[in-house]
Amino acid sequence: MTPVAQMVGSHRIVTGNGIVHPMGAADATPQAELELRRRLLERAAAALATPVEDPTVLS
Amino acid sequence: MRIILYLNQFFGQLGGEEVADAPPRLVTEVVGPGRALATLLQPDDQLVGTLVCGDSYFADHTEAASATCLELIRTLQPDLLLAGPAFNAGRYGIACGELCRRATAQLGIQAVTGMFEENPGVELYRHDVTIVRTGHNAVAMRQALELMLRLGRDLVAERPLDAPAVAGYYPHGILRPAIGRAVAARRATDMLLAKLSGQSFETEVPLPKMDAPPPAPSPLVDLRNKVVALVTDGGLVPAGNPDNIESSAATHFGVYSIEGLDRLAPEDYEVSHGGYDNRYVKADPNRLVPLDAARQLEREGRLGKLYDKYVVTTGLSNPLQNSRRLGREIADHLKQAGVDAVILTST
Repeated sequence: MTPVAQMVGSHRIVTGNGIVHPMGAADATPQAELELRRRLLERAAAALATPVEDPTVLS
Repeated sequence: MRIILYLNQFFGQLGGEEVADAPPRLVTEVVGPGRALATLLQPDDQLVGTLVCGDSYFADHTEAASATCLELIRTLQPDLLLAGPAFNAGRYGIACGELCRRATAQLGIQAVTGMFEENPGVELYRHDVTIVRTGHNAVAMRQALELMLRLGRDLVAERPLDAPAVAGYYPHGILRPAIGRAVAARRATDMLLAKLSGQSFETEVPLPKMDAPPPAPSPLVDLRNKVVALVTDGGLVPAGNPDNIESSAATHFGVYSIEGLDRLAPEDYEVSHGGYDNRYVKADPNRLVPLDAARQLEREGRLGKLYDKYVVTTGLSNPLQNSRRLGREIADHLKQAGVDAVILTST
């Protein structure tokens, strides 16, 4: 739902892995899921340190 | 009607910005717009007092200022409070809106104010307060006062107000059933045909305008000694939903401890959100609020320090006005708790 986040003006947006489990993956092993979660959080941490002006999807 | 007029430091003739921190006081002389108002009164109307307060004082001490104003209002036992009009002045508009809302809610007194459409007070208060649509500066004073007085009279006499577009105030957001000129399918087709042939048409449901977002917060330079909070609008609540967060259009938010937790255990949580298939998050709540991975990164020094609670509400079908309020309240809570950044996870 990143277009909605952009439209309402969220400045730093990281795309999650799907609506029903944004920080997970139902078809992956628990270990793989945890790694995915870590990666998404690392992206979020990097986004917090990134200067932005307009609503931006960062990957 | 016994009428009280509320004015800011400028219209109340105390001075300019240098006295914007003036605390509220009751004035018995007729000042500023009070003079124009006096010429619009009917024989059995009486301007019983003018309340003047600095805009910055009201903004910085809203609780104290409101309490003092309400007490002063109460002693005069008015039927009607007229505030402003504030035209396009933001702090003034917010003071007028807040005071009118409280006067009605706490003292049962009818209240009317007036603002230009871009005044931030309009979106904040139009659902709770009757706000007359005015021009953008005091050139439009007399007109605004006339309209405020007329609506005030209707409110005091408990007459239903005409529709907003007719009576000149901002919609309260109340829907009233009425008989249409034709069934909806016909009206929709007519609208579509007009649109396709380039004719003008009027939508029945105007979509809310999104305000331009405020400027982006500066990036955090060094995350290591910052406090980061996990927040979600996905409705993940402790089992039993102790604070009754609604599963749609939640009216409040919950704050729950994650102190000492390395992950969220499925048996301790449930989901109150009717807008997505909950089973994956129920099976593993970390798929929504990523505590397990966050703790790892925290230990590795890559995510700063986690706030010891997470915040949750439910975003499904949540009206904008409500979401904005929730956002402000959550932000206030987090700021008071010393949080520097938020990772908000959303379904």
